[in-house]
Amino acid sequence: MRLGFIVERLLQLIPVLIGISLVVFLMMTLTPGDPVEIMLGDQLATAEQKESLRRDMGLDLPAAERFIRFVRNSLSGDFGRSFFHRRPVAEVIAERLPATIELTIVAMLIALAVAIPLGVLAAVRRGSLIDKAATVISLIGVSMPGFWLGIMLILLFAVHLGWMPVSGRIDYAFEVPRITGMILFDSLVQGRYAAFLNALHHILMPAVTLGLAMAALLMRVTRTSMIEVLQQDYIVFAEAKGLSRARVLVRHALKNALIPTVTVAALETGYLLGGNTIVEMVFGWPGLARVIVEGIYSRDFPLVQAGVLVIAVIYVTVNFAADVLYTLLNPRVKL
Amino acid sequence: MTAAAPSAAGRQDSILRINLRKFTRDRLAIAAAAGVVLFVAMALLAPWLAPHDPYDTDLLRRLQPPAWMEGGEWSYVFGCDSLGRDIVSRIIYGARISIFIGVAVVLLATLVGTLAGLAAGYLGGAVDGVISRIVDVLLGFPYLIFAIGLMGMMGPGLQNIILALVYKEWTISCRVVRGETLATRELEYVEAARAVGASRTHIMLREILPNIMSPLIVVATTRMATIIILEASLSFLGLGMQPPLASWGSMVADGRSFLSDAWWVGTFPGVAIFLLVLAINLASQGLRDAFDPRLRQ
Repeated sequence: MRLGFIVERLLQLIPVLIGISLVVFLMMTLTPGDPVEIMLGDQLATAEQKESLRRDMGLDLPAAERFIRFVRNSLSGDFGRSFFHRRPVAEVIAERLPATIELTIVAMLIALAVAIPLGVLAAVRRGSLIDKAATVISLIGVSMPGFWLGIMLILLFAVHLGWMPVSGRIDYAFEVPRITGMILFDSLVQGRYAAFLNALHHILMPAVTLGLAMAALLMRVTRTSMIEVLQQDYIVFAEAKGLSRARVLVRHALKNALIPTVTVAALETGYLLGGNTIVEMVFGWPGLARVIVEGIYSRDFPLVQAGVLVIAVIYVTVNFAADVLYTLLNPRVKL
Repeated sequence: MTAAAPSAAGRQDSILRINLRKFTRDRLAIAAAAGVVLFVAMALLAPWLAPHDPYDTDLLRRLQPPAWMEGGEWSYVFGCDSLGRDIVSRIIYGARISIFIGVAVVLLATLVGTLAGLAAGYLGGAVDGVISRIVDVLLGFPYLIFAIGLMGMMGPGLQNIILALVYKEWTISCRVVRGETLATRELEYVEAARAVGASRTHIMLREILPNIMSPLIVVATTRMATIIILEASLSFLGLGMQPPLASWGSMVADGRSFLSDAWWVGTFPGVAIFLLVLAINLASQGLRDAFDPRLRQ
């Protein structure tokens, strides 16, 4: 029964993924400008050379055929060559993606670390000053444009106080051999603690900038679901049994109240992935989102196309996982 | 059928009016709404309110500090940018772009999304299948990534920003309307309209639509805040409004280059975005509380 549900959801994923590839394909096909001219840039080429290049890139084929080729190549990890970086797009993406994933994970962890305690506190002391303050803070959090918050943090903590680095992932003095490409993880498992701390120092401001709005959202979700759970009979019963308040809150209430929080967190990963573009630009973070934006400046279409596709596929996959997890975790959903 | 229409409309009016009366009792929400109105007035009256021409460059005033700092003067309260343009005047003119795009995108997207949602929810079957698949696909893209990709393809400019945002934004109201329509379509008054032979268009537009206006209005106002931030983000990245047009997002981007010696260039436009978005969020929260007791926190 449960396996059947997962298979069914997986099958539903297929048309969505095909649709996403089609949208990405159309986005780039309909873009005005001849890719061959853009790729050649200032280089001089004869009409024959251009023609043969066009044939090599498959641009002479009908659109439907090009789309099928695009999907087939993407599936095998072949995204063509980047006009700007002058090497395979897959290489550029593999190099940059870990930085984006790392930043997204840390931002999510910060958001959860802020949101859960605040949300629980607001729910337990419902209607109190703390509750009202938490609501106002969360509204401020969602109303602050990320790029401006990032710049204000740089202004205060990097430029004026000098406590934080302005940009980058780690100081040049440190060398961390690449395992996953996520520096925090790589340095930790290799026991390079100085490098780990330095990388942590670098990721703090970008991750806070990225995670703040998410923290605000998750705080409200936690508060709402906690209030709901606290009114359930089994909580009243647990308290009547004489269990301590802390034990009831953590062992009985929080465990159930967190299901919506975790689900919303996973469903809103797309928000973080989109926000990455801004944060990576502001903090000079060498991730995939920044490469996409730079690819647009340099009209590097294969790179932009593949980058958008990879991020959309990651997003859809995370959503799928969240959906399956929620259904399996939540005892109230009957399969 | 002719008898059903006025009664449905009459009932809707009163619900909306009751809800609005509830809204006016929420003092914080009213204050926030007044703030939004002030911003709108500022945008409309920009030519009369702005102390200087927002495009008038004056290199002698390059990076002139705000009035209260040394070297500032009161006729240029927030100082000047890197081309010596008055920041206050540029913020006042920038309100026009933010608000215009916010309103245009939300109106267009709500219109498209409502029609699509009504069709999907009421007609069901293949229509619902097609519309829901399109929505699923569009929801598979992180918003900003999608908009950035489209802006890269279409190039910058006012019309393109609006289109790039509407292409995805309509899915939000579509899902809300579809859900509400599914919940409404089997209710007695819709059955009654069907029984007396009302056409499908009539049922969708005259019977169902008026009764799902409340959630639709709440969603539309909330989305306005998001759209304003998205437009500012695109302009910040240089993919939205182009210079010399005064857009809050591109003003912040401009200020980024002078962080260490002229913090005011990027700070004040950001404050403007923040205040407008906060006011809209507070007002829409008030609307939500008044319109939908189920959602009350």
